Amino acid sequence: MEALTSILFHGLAYAMILYIVSVGLSVTMGLMGFVNLAHGVFAMAGGYVTVILMNRYAVPFALALAIAFVALALLSVILERTLYARLYGASELDQVLFTIGLIFMSVAIVRYLWGPLPQPVHLPHALSGQLDFGFRTFPTYRSFLIAAGFILIALLWLGIERTRFGAQLRAAVDNRRMAESIGIDTRRLFSLAFALGSGLAALGGGLGADILAIYPGYATEYLVYFLMVVAIGGLGSLRGPFIAALLLGFGDTACKYLVPELGAFFVFAAMIVLLLWRPAGLFGRA
Amino acid sequence: MSPVDASIRGHRLRAIELLPWLIAIGGYFGFGDYLTLGSQILIMILFALSLDLVLGYAGIVTLGHSAFFGAGAYAAGIYAAYVTGEPLSGLLIAALTAALIGWISGFVILRTQGLALLMLTLAVTALLAEAANKASFITGGADGLQGVDIDPIFGVFRFDLFGRTAYLYCLAVLFLTWLFARRLVHSSFGRSLVGIRENAARMHAIGSPVRRRLLTVYTISAALAGIAGALLAQTTQFVGLTVLGFQRSGEILIMLVFGGIGRLYGAFVGASLYMIAQDQLAKMDPEFWYFWIGLLLVLLVMFARGGILGLIDRLLGR
Repeated sequence: MEALTSILFHGLAYAMILYIVSVGLSVTMGLMGFVNLAHGVFAMAGGYVTVILMNRYAVPFALALAIAFVALALLSVILERTLYARLYGASELDQVLFTIGLIFMSVAIVRYLWGPLPQPVHLPHALSGQLDFGFRTFPTYRSFLIAAGFILIALLWLGIERTRFGAQLRAAVDNRRMAESIGIDTRRLFSLAFALGSGLAALGGGLGADILAIYPGYATEYLVYFLMVVAIGGLGSLRGPFIAALLLGFGDTACKYLVPELGAFFVFAAMIVLLLWRPAGLFGRA
Repeated sequence: MSPVDASIRGHRLRAIELLPWLIAIGGYFGFGDYLTLGSQILIMILFALSLDLVLGYAGIVTLGHSAFFGAGAYAAGIYAAYVTGEPLSGLLIAALTAALIGWISGFVILRTQGLALLMLTLAVTALLAEAANKASFITGGADGLQGVDIDPIFGVFRFDLFGRTAYLYCLAVLFLTWLFARRLVHSSFGRSLVGIRENAARMHAIGSPVRRRLLTVYTISAALAGIAGALLAQTTQFVGLTVLGFQRSGEILIMLVFGGIGRLYGAFVGASLYMIAQDQLAKMDPEFWYFWIGLLLVLLVMFARGGILGLIDRLLGR
């Protein structure tokens, strides 16, 4: 029982981070069919911005997160307008190579600026320690992650389901040509979605800095996880990646907790089986 | 010239195709201290050549080709450490192991396309890397596999400190695999792969067994990559987890793309230049090497699709 609640709790916190980082990738891939392997770079950069601001300039955690979100959203729009946009409709290989190039460059830059070691994370006092839930105590930081995750998901859901922007986005993902022909500017829409997705990734990187260590290998080491969330959840949906993130979060935590000698082996195997069973993902359209 | 004529002409050995071999043999006498780097280059050429078969000819975009390189390296390393140090049987074991993994994984993942396929190639490699990491009682885990002692080739040619034997050994193996690969891509099988790359639906329609063809070339390519991995394990007498890393899959992709894909010789040009540039630039500024490679890659995708050989073709107006 003790083990089960631990797995559920830690798995849920982990799933939240995976979801916040990956959800933008699902939307942009679904919308433009762009294979953006460099999505993790935005999360890594967000993590660095957050941690460096907190450690060097004593910026409060929440403000650092907000700055990371805005900075990376802006940066991503610039990249999208100048570089990504030239490759819409290019072959899968070209997109893969281009984004691998971005990964290599960003890894070299962060290594040059901040060295190869993981950045130490000094959480604010309010988030360290344990939180008493009555029947047992849980780490405050992870409880906060779960709460923040649910708030973000609620906001995201409201934004996509209840606003004009969200309706246009859903229309464009469903059928881009039809959406264009009734006058939706899908280019602008895509830039916005790209910025929002990258900003969210940055937020996820910053929020999860204590779970997914911020170091130069971030963008490649966790790439498999981010892509898995998208591939298994299905492109272009909000719900699919969430389910996938939960599966991955619980699965990975359970495996590492119960059979540490096998590590993530089972998780990868299960993901391969899932993808073979549903190549378009659990909630994707074939 | 009709396509048939072009195909026949392509099959005939042209004088320029001997150039890499002349350079390689000349290099044996001229490289001096760089002979070890020379062996590494030959190994990477072989690895890139194996990738060219699946990516350049069959059009399968894979992010996980290091799975087979790593499988071969570990198979040869473990064989040498626990069974016998005889190198040629080690190569064979490595090729078979990698081919088997290629066949099994290809059998399941080649049903998919696009993002799912990309993901699956990545996931297979991640799976193997995790297996190698966790099975540390035989692979050495994160510390790497130690105790890889290789016997003399044919019981006569021993691996010397200067890497002379290693260089010639790699060169001989590369030459044989090149002959094989060249024969393969100019065969009707090779032409049908190009057909599948260009339009799989039409190849289906004219009765080509598309999936079987893809699986065959995937298995062959895995075996060649496995041999490359085995050469690395045998000549460096060490196997580390990086042989299975994403970095390696990415790098080999970059080498091939720099040279030019689907041309057989892109592997030779790309791998040589990449390895030499890495050796030189990394000395000056090892941390920033990947930045320049990434930048070059971005520029290449934007302006010079087709790689170096493609650029040369364009300059010559072909």
